[in-house]
Amino acid sequence: MAHRRPDRQHAASRRRRRDSADRLARGLGWFSIALGATELLASRGLTRALGMEGNERLVASYGLREIATGAGILASENPAPWIWGRVGGDVLDLGTLATALDGRNPRQENAGLAFAAVLGVTVLDVICARALGGRRRQGRVGFRDYADRSGLPRPSEAMRGAARDFQVPRDMRVPEPLRPYKVA
Amino acid sequence: MRALCWHGKHDIRCDTVPDPKIEHPRDAIIKVTSCAICGSDLHLYDNVIPAMENGDIMGHETMGEVVEVGPEARGKLKVGDRIVVPFTIFCGECEQCRRGNFSVCERSNRNKAMADKVFGHTTAGLFGYTHLTGGYAGGQAEYLRVPFADATHIKVPAGIPDEKLLFLSDIFPTGWQGAVQCDIQPEDTVCIWGCGPVGQMTIRSALLLGAKQVIAIDRVPERLSMARAGGATTINFEEESVLERLQDLTGGKGPEKCIDAVGMEAHATATLDSIYDRVKQAVMLESDRAHVLREMMYVCRPAGVLSVPGVYGGLIDKVPFGMVMNKGLTIRTGQTHVNRWTDDLLRRIEEGQIDPSFVITHTVGLDAGPGMYKTFRDKQDGCIKVVLKP
Ligand SMILES: NC(=O)c1ccc[n+]([C@@H]2O[C@H](COP(=O)([O-])OP(=O)(O)OC[C@H]3O[C@@H](n4cnc5c(N)ncnc54)[C@H](O)[C@@H]3O)[C@@H](O)[C@H]2O)c1
Ligand SMILES: [Zn+2]
Ligand SMILES: [Zn+2]
Repeated sequence: MAHRRPDRQHAASRRRRRDSADRLARGLGWFSIALGATELLASRGLTRALGMEGNERLVASYGLREIATGAGILASENPAPWIWGRVGGDVLDLGTLATALDGRNPRQENAGLAFAAVLGVTVLDVICARALGGRRRQGRVGFRDYADRSGLPRPSEAMRGAARDFQVPRDMRVPEPLRPYKVA
Repeated sequence: MRALCWHGKHDIRCDTVPDPKIEHPRDAIIKVTSCAICGSDLHLYDNVIPAMENGDIMGHETMGEVVEVGPEARGKLKVGDRIVVPFTIFCGECEQCRRGNFSVCERSNRNKAMADKVFGHTTAGLFGYTHLTGGYAGGQAEYLRVPFADATHIKVPAGIPDEKLLFLSDIFPTGWQGAVQCDIQPEDTVCIWGCGPVGQMTIRSALLLGAKQVIAIDRVPERLSMARAGGATTINFEEESVLERLQDLTGGKGPEKCIDAVGMEAHATATLDSIYDRVKQAVMLESDRAHVLREMMYVCRPAGVLSVPGVYGGLIDKVPFGMVMNKGLTIRTGQTHVNRWTDDLLRRIEEGQIDPSFVITHTVGLDAGPGMYKTFRDKQDGCIKVVLKP
């Protein structure tokens, strides 16, 4: 039995890595929803703090996007594409914040802090998406081709209708009026 | 004896439990030579079917050798007989059994009162399944007690390997009934959702029964390759649009016959309704995910038939019943009336028209069983059907 130990250790560490990616994904999902709700409900306060007045609608729409991705991450079986969606959103956020980084903005400092924070989250998103993606690829190795497993004695075309002798019981027949019109 | 027992979600163990005994004069005991893990077992493994209890013995696809016979079963069975055990337990005498509706036998469910409450009227007892259907010990074990054994068995001849006969217990007749209840006509396109073991049997059945075109849908490449081997045209629902492909393949008219061989754990696709299902299931507002049913209702040609061998446990949501009504669709479903078909299917196996063993990808001992649940569920290692040798 001793020779199986390293194998098992390997599997255990892979499982741990996978679990932590899943946990991170869930965390990011809830984060998305919280941030989205803030952007949606407090867009006025946010834009003021960042010196970006006039962009309330844009920020609120970003909020909707965050909530949708958050729900997607939490609800879907494979959160990877949704996390990549977050990365895309991060880039959009960074682009928008960059416009507030110029010297004429009295709140430039706040905008800078926000920029740095989003950058940090972007790094997390990328790490998470890659960890999840690696796992999917792993599942794909060892694809087997079962083209030779027909279970039939002759090519399928030759077997079509081989059981037409079978009488469908009366209770399972399609009612006469719903049967197809006979052409001939 | 050793047996695979249920201990909660994702927790199957190979335990040592007491040997079964004759409890009723109609019982028999068999020594199990082969048994299999079914997609229905996965619903229990994932804990989406209610009323399982800690320590329940799993398994309902079983065959073996009779080692003990109760006094009232003696006319029909004797020690040494080789039998396949149908997963539906039936008395053979009640009103439903006399019509061949064995899976709704009125007498074999020993928890009839509970089932009457939940389903309105009881259905048959099932092996290795929920207590709603009697909570009978299953066959993933060294020995199995067969209740109503004088009726509940399929005698099989010596000289044919277990592997060719075992699936008479469930998936072969299930695929067959799934196709038969479509009443397939020579001009029909039959579309089958799900290329698991049940889907594979359904594909072969539809072909043998003479469908003009058989289409099969899944996303697992090896399962799709096995579907093509059986003569199906395949659609990978993760890579292509099911609706568009079906339109193309049917001249825009939709398949006449649609078969759900997936059941209540349908996978989320990228569509809005599957995400909706996962959220509602997570917060327990619905118990089953109905994506495949909805898709079938939508694509089916008017006046067509929906056949549903896939298992559902409770409530589904957002079913477009208006489509079903206005298009005049017929729905046929149910647990399989196994013995209604098995004489005919055994003959087809003996004559070589089909060899159901094609679906087996893994054969292991009982102690490796718990790990195989996971392999089968996750479709790893090319797994399609697991056979256990106790
Ligand atoms: N009526 C009966 O008496 C009876 C008997 C046996 C099994 N069953 C049921 O039949 C069903 C299938 O059993 P199985 O052993 O083949 O199980 P399985 O889990 O191996 O197969 C299900 C297949 O469906 C595929 N699938 C998932 N979502 C899909 C979607 N949206 N579209 C198309 N395909 C999708 C999966 O990839 C998988 O290959 C289960 O619900 C099982 O409980 C019913
Ligand atoms: Zn089954
Ligand atoms: Zn009965």
